[in-house]
Amino acid sequence: MKLTLKVWRQAGPKDKGQFETYQLDNASLDMTFLELMDALNEKLIAEGKDPVAFEHDCREGICGSCAMMVNGRPHGPGQEITTCQLNMKAFKDGETITVEPWRTNSFPVIKDLVVDRSSFEKIMEAGGFVNVEVGSAVDSNTYKVSKARADEAFDAAACIGCGACVAACKNSSAMLFVAAKVSQYALLPQGKTEGVQRAWNMLAKMDELGFGSCSNTGSCEAECPKGVSLSHIARLNREFIKAGFRKAGAEKL
Amino acid sequence: MAKLDAKIPNGPLAQKWTNHKNSLKLVSPANKKKMDIIMVGTGVAGAAAAASLGQMGYNVKVFCFQDSPRRAHSVAAQGGINATKNYRNDNDSVYRLFYDMIKGGDFRAREANVYRAAEVSSSIIDQLTAQGVPFAREYGGNLTTRSFGGVQVSRTFYAQGQTGQQVLLGSYSALKRQAAKGSVTMYERRQMLEIVTIDGKARGIICRNLVTGEMERHSAHAVVMATGGYGTIYFLSTLAVNSSGEAAYAAYKKGAFFANPSFIQIHPSCIPQLNEYQSKLTLMSESLRNDGRVWAPKAQGDKRKPNEIPVEERDYYLERRYPAFGNLVPRDIASRAAKERCDAGYGVGETGYAVYLDFSDAIKKQGKKVIENKYGNLFDLYEKITGESPYKMPMKIYPAGHYTMGGLWVDYNLMTTIPGLYAIGEANFSDHGANRLGASALMQGSGDGYFVLPITINDYLADEIQTPKISTDLPEFHDAENEAKARIEKLMNINGKTSPLAFHKKLGKIMWDRAGMARNAEGLKKGIEEINQLEDEFYKDLNITGSTDSMNQTLERALRVAASFEIARLIIYDALNRNESCGAHFREEYQTQDGEALRNDEEFSYVSVWEYQGNQKMPNLHKEDLVFEEVKVQQRSYK
Amino acid sequence: MTNFFTTSIGRKILMSVTGLFLIMFLLVHLTVNSMILFDGTGDLFNRAAHFMATTPLIKVVEPLLAIGLLAHFLIASLITFQNQRNRNVTYGAFGRYEARNASQGSTWASRNMYILGTVIIVFLVIHLINFFWKMKFTGDPLLSEVIINGEHMENAYALVTGLFINWKWSVALYVVGAIALGLHLYHGVWSAFQTLGWSNKKWRKILNVIGVLFSTLLALGYAIIPLYVMIRSMI
Repeated sequence: MKLTLKVWRQAGPKDKGQFETYQLDNASLDMTFLELMDALNEKLIAEGKDPVAFEHDCREGICGSCAMMVNGRPHGPGQEITTCQLNMKAFKDGETITVEPWRTNSFPVIKDLVVDRSSFEKIMEAGGFVNVEVGSAVDSNTYKVSKARADEAFDAAACIGCGACVAACKNSSAMLFVAAKVSQYALLPQGKTEGVQRAWNMLAKMDELGFGSCSNTGSCEAECPKGVSLSHIARLNREFIKAGFRKAGAEKL
Repeated sequence: MAKLDAKIPNGPLAQKWTNHKNSLKLVSPANKKKMDIIMVGTGVAGAAAAASLGQMGYNVKVFCFQDSPRRAHSVAAQGGINATKNYRNDNDSVYRLFYDMIKGGDFRAREANVYRAAEVSSSIIDQLTAQGVPFAREYGGNLTTRSFGGVQVSRTFYAQGQTGQQVLLGSYSALKRQAAKGSVTMYERRQMLEIVTIDGKARGIICRNLVTGEMERHSAHAVVMATGGYGTIYFLSTLAVNSSGEAAYAAYKKGAFFANPSFIQIHPSCIPQLNEYQSKLTLMSESLRNDGRVWAPKAQGDKRKPNEIPVEERDYYLERRYPAFGNLVPRDIASRAAKERCDAGYGVGETGYAVYLDFSDAIKKQGKKVIENKYGNLFDLYEKITGESPYKMPMKIYPAGHYTMGGLWVDYNLMTTIPGLYAIGEANFSDHGANRLGASALMQGSGDGYFVLPITINDYLADEIQTPKISTDLPEFHDAENEAKARIEKLMNINGKTSPLAFHKKLGKIMWDRAGMARNAEGLKKGIEEINQLEDEFYKDLNITGSTDSMNQTLERALRVAASFEIARLIIYDALNRNESCGAHFREEYQTQDGEALRNDEEFSYVSVWEYQGNQKMPNLHKEDLVFEEVKVQQRSYK
Repeated sequence: MTNFFTTSIGRKILMSVTGLFLIMFLLVHLTVNSMILFDGTGDLFNRAAHFMATTPLIKVVEPLLAIGLLAHFLIASLITFQNQRNRNVTYGAFGRYEARNASQGSTWASRNMYILGTVIIVFLVIHLINFFWKMKFTGDPLLSEVIINGEHMENAYALVTGLFINWKWSVALYVVGAIALGLHLYHGVWSAFQTLGWSNKKWRKILNVIGVLFSTLLALGYAIIPLYVMIRSMI
């Protein structure tokens, strides 16, 4: 299988960056896309060139590292996959594949395809937790959670923090990421108490960090490797409206 | 070096931890504020411990090489986490979990530590639930459980096939909470290269900032290694490609002893290698063996499709050999049994190195819907990779490297032989003996992180309250930084032709062939020669392009591979020394007539603890004798 | 509440509320206009128009409508401007991504709400000049008084049909306006409910159906009137 790879190269955060085109003659249908990138890098190293920097770790679709736009789609063509699960069978012999980093002001490029997603960390720190001290927990079955609710909470909790939603969104909004966390905790009795406050804090932080607003186009959901649903955004909105009302009543929530 | 003192408390087994806790020194809140702790690694254990220590009032500095703690490889654990809740009234108890682990570990683990791990297991589930971890529930709203290998009760809590992710995110959220409060400072994208010791005590680390390439010095009153295992030693494994054990090895070189390095778990159910390009193998959770039946054809080289082979021509070899536990035998046994079938020519698939894991009976009995509910995401994962649906065709599975029971030697307080240096989670050796039971890695990591280390570390720090903040300008920091720099210089200046990845692949092949599922003295000895040869070549022909003053992933990898050579040798020294078969360590010379592991309790009922003597030099062997006060050591049987 | 409406969700909620309010107007407006279809003499339409022009309620609603529309447009401009700025458009021939594909699962309408909205605004200005302006301020020869059931009123029917009969291109313009409106509502209806949090996995499907039906109904309704008038005048 012969392929042409058009890869975004950027030496550092300040570098302007440009596309470079590479020919790969020994690609195989059996490879995953990251193995193709490995092969490209092996070739570049052999030629004494700097290999393409990209993030990867678990290679089984759960760590959320392998952020890249492949042919204009986060994690490449395919439903509910990460780049490490993207099979070369999705491409044709002789095809030109364009590989780019996530693009938003909130994820500045560090090098080539590696972007800085620390803005997600800041959103998490703004409220992505249940306020419970280690050692103060009650017996698990004190909380009764219906199976439906527990399953729904799990669907939200399945988010891997990869940033595909932001990359896909025309507004660079992180609503799906924020909603997944807010919704997970809002569905569970453990997290419900502070659910409203959490929604406010995380959303405010998202805004502050320069992510765009949600216009419900649904491309985040379509590109989410874990299929996190837009209905969690609706729940975030509900929680947020409640927060607005409470704030109107008393400044302290 | 002083004799090994495991500091196991006196008294009856069930009282040891309680008594010990009562005797440990405390640090007052005012003093805690003045003290720094470095946490290297942010998996389940590291994140949990950092969060707990931060909550207690210490200043915790947390380091990981990923861009976020949430990406640590604990995230990939699938099946579940054990706890002795006995919610099902199936006569589970702390003692039973303890006994299962001791027996599962083939009587090569330290009794007191294992008992403690079982003892705190129940609190872990409560803690995680309180943090909002969405464990699977019954329709009535209570938590549900499932069974796992090597166990006859149902004590494994789970969140579909992503339990590790959920448990990690639980600890991660606790960590983020502390970070928001300022008690924890995060240092992401740092590769730890050296431990700094001052007057014999661990006082800091040297790490490379992976974005700027700068060397950084960080000091603390104590350092905790939560750095995971070294399973990528086989190159192809179920582990994240960066899980190399490099950091733990740096501690070993600095004087921390390394225990049982050859105990590496080979997981029985992984998707077999499909081609030569493959960079990793994907695990299929052990929980699948709850409902899946393992079989191989009765005829050698049977090339028919699995559905065309009638039941009477199938050999359900696990059920045949181990009627009491059937498909749920521990991992080491299931792995070896699969290897035995394949080596004897009964394997399936193109290479003949696979066996079937068949759900057709379960689907018939319970219905597709129930099976989908239990394993849907695993079935999808399998189909994504292989293109075959497990609902229609049996899965093809083969064993692959998965978890390292061995690790830094620690005493009962989880302190290594370097005072002030602790090791928790997979990075230490303490709880799993020669084989880990399924769903107990998350349990041990969480236990160490939430409920053990945050208690025991005070005992050490109580004597350090007079120590002021440690300056990073001390000569020890200077020397350690220079050492790290020299290592990098050395690698950068080779200017050869071969990439670190290519060396890693070769090393992996040597290790899998010589020190994989079955080992023998001759092969191991050859292995050492091959490793030495490859290492020499590495230092002559390595090629790292790019520079050291910015992000350089080739350099990161080269540093890991360099450490892997040394770890590989350590594994082989240990495997050679242990002239017996136990758990995951199977020496072909030592087996029973029907091919089971043959232990030698007379000579080898000890933890082999290695002390570094220099690269390519035979390390010193210390022995920690295993004393079993409570359990009767016997031949392990799952028949 | 001070800063609720400066947050991204707060602003979207303003969009939803004003949008839903405007939808109500659209419904009323279409109902009145549809009288043209049912009565060739124009009496029905004239009476409805007269009622709308004279009822005191409309005195209250009219300025609200103007404010709602203005708010809807201004907030949309603000949000769109901010979202554009948040995106990185520093490279690539097409802006953000060289390979433009990052819109899986989204409709064209949903990605182009602002453009559709602008088309609607432009149309609206022309529409107002055509009718509203003349009826309210300048007057028009066609508006000469008619007497229905003894009551004097403007002949709005003559003005409306006159435009479509005398200036055929206006029909095309009104059809384009109706299509733009339909597309805008196609995404807007469900989006408004989603933003207000009135959606979940089940309701989303229902809302989508409602959105499609509603937007089709409005687009067809508004497009049919000029077409009907024009075609009838030709046969």
